[in-house]
Amino acid sequence: MKISNETLIEMLRRMYRIRHFEEKVIELVAAGELIGAAHTSIGEEATHVGACMALAPDDYEMGTHRSHGHPIAKGAALKPLMAELLGRATGVNRGKSGSMHLADFSIGSLGETSIVGSGLPAAAGAALGAKMLNNGKVSLCFFGDGASSQGTFHESMNLASIWKLPVIYLCENNGYAVTTAASYSVSVKDVADRAQGYDMPGVVVDGQDVIAVYEVVQQAAERARKGNGPSLVEAKTYRYREHAEGAMFESVGKASHYRGDEEYNSWLKRDPIILFRAKLVEMGVITEAQADDLNQETHEEVLEAVTYAKESPLPEQQEAFEGLYSTPISA
Amino acid sequence: MRELNYLQAIREAQFEEMKRDPKVFIMGEDITYSIYGTTAGFLEEFGAERVRNTPISESGFTGVGIGAALVGMRPIVDYSIASFIFVAMDQLVSMAAKATYMYGGQAKVPIVFRAVMFYGGGNAAQHSDRPYPSLMNVPGLKIIMPATPYDMKGLLKSAIRDDDPVFCFEDGTVLSSTGPVPEEEYLVPIGIGDIKREGTDVTIVGIAGCVALALQAAEALAQEGISAEVIDPRTLVPMDKNIILESVSKTGRLVVADPAHKTCSAASQVAAIVAEEGFWSLHAPIQVVATADVQIPFSPTLEQQVYPTKEKIVEAVHKTMA
Repeated sequence: MKISNETLIEMLRRMYRIRHFEEKVIELVAAGELIGAAHTSIGEEATHVGACMALAPDDYEMGTHRSHGHPIAKGAALKPLMAELLGRATGVNRGKSGSMHLADFSIGSLGETSIVGSGLPAAAGAALGAKMLNNGKVSLCFFGDGASSQGTFHESMNLASIWKLPVIYLCENNGYAVTTAASYSVSVKDVADRAQGYDMPGVVVDGQDVIAVYEVVQQAAERARKGNGPSLVEAKTYRYREHAEGAMFESVGKASHYRGDEEYNSWLKRDPIILFRAKLVEMGVITEAQADDLNQETHEEVLEAVTYAKESPLPEQQEAFEGLYSTPISA
Repeated sequence: MRELNYLQAIREAQFEEMKRDPKVFIMGEDITYSIYGTTAGFLEEFGAERVRNTPISESGFTGVGIGAALVGMRPIVDYSIASFIFVAMDQLVSMAAKATYMYGGQAKVPIVFRAVMFYGGGNAAQHSDRPYPSLMNVPGLKIIMPATPYDMKGLLKSAIRDDDPVFCFEDGTVLSSTGPVPEEEYLVPIGIGDIKREGTDVTIVGIAGCVALALQAAEALAQEGISAEVIDPRTLVPMDKNIILESVSKTGRLVVADPAHKTCSAASQVAAIVAEEGFWSLHAPIQVVATADVQIPFSPTLEQQVYPTKEKIVEAVHKTMA
């Protein structure tokens, strides 16, 4: 199917946005200005963006501890996200969540969860809600190769299948759960093969190719909206950084002992942004100059977000004790 | 007034709320068959979409309920046996309890978790848990512990209308007990305790099934000329501190009876509140009557030893009088 030029350009914009946002996160962590765990998904932008752009803007999305790219791909405003990372009152979660639990309900981002595999059942639940409310929405759940070994994976696939829920399970297989290789810890070569056990389609897609991801997820969303139930999509991708930023990982940004130079460098050659940019230029969708502008604009957006965050007030200390309940307790 | 039993009160609360609000639905294992009768006739009335049988998949269907709540539904999740909640613990603790706070108020999780605690009936270690104290230590959950049919119906209806995750623990020792329940609509607010019997010499706080034992103990004590006041907090989170502190300020003596294991029980929390805030009212050390810190044994001879009884409560009251 034909993807409009407008959509294609927006894809590249969001990929750049994620990349610049996370490069800034790395700087802020190194400078000691961003505390707590911060997991980047540099290298995985095509998977985030291809999947989210295949949905309607108000469809549901849930994700993981590697949490920045998903809401940005879904269309979240950068300023409240960056303010959240810096613990500001203007943060999207009012400074209550930090990096690992971003959420922007205004664009269907129902929350990233940092216990591996914990979001899979809730994503099926959002799909059940959509079905019962008859609101036509679908639910997209990002999870990693590591989560595919959790019991919640099996339980969610089974429930989604027997109830024909409009949910798309998108495994971002970046090859490693922290340092443990999927080739060691996952019983099958392709997580997508497990779909057979749940009587749903299972598709492997090149996670470095944003258009390929978009098309596969669009088909899955169409199937879900027709009432035909869930799909499992496995995007083969790679994280260029270590599991998390920070002192525990001395080899940040380098091919470290558990990955090896050859493997690392082969994936580096398939940088999803470089590939997609070249493709759009080749297709005549944009010029090199326009692509440069896009790169520059998104970089400036991120800088503005950092300025906004830094200039934002910290939460009032009292707010630590507030917001536990939606219906406050009177007793 | 007409009388209902505890299970009929549950059924009626659920039935009325599902009639009132189409977003309320119920899910759990064997729910359409309705082993306990709390969903009897629901499938015919509300259909399979809203009366949803689940596979044996506690972690999965707990999370599904949470996700449905996040997008505006109001699920009731029935665990059938309270011991099974441990299988779903991550979903309860990491998701249900945390979403509202962690997402800065963006998320609402209007969900009710129901679990019957079967104990005292020969179900042995893995089917006899009373796990509410573990969840009292998880901020973000509300916990109701109705001990009578009246409180059950009124509290469960309030729980279903609440916008937060509410855990309803049902006491297996009182399932067949009956009591007056009005035909007309009423609610019992979450977080408000109740004086089940007035007295002047000693306060007995009863939790869940121990409310009935505390009333039996109070009756026996009355024969000796001791006037016991029986308080039922009805809700463990939030706990109605004032009703307990006011009673202790009047009686000067406190016994807490709780079916949970003694260490870090609901009774521990009641005792801590009174020790912190009501110490100068006390004429004697606080006494806690709770289940022994051992696993639940099978043989009835053994099992009967471990739980609170009327006799143990009377003995504890005597200690506060010595």
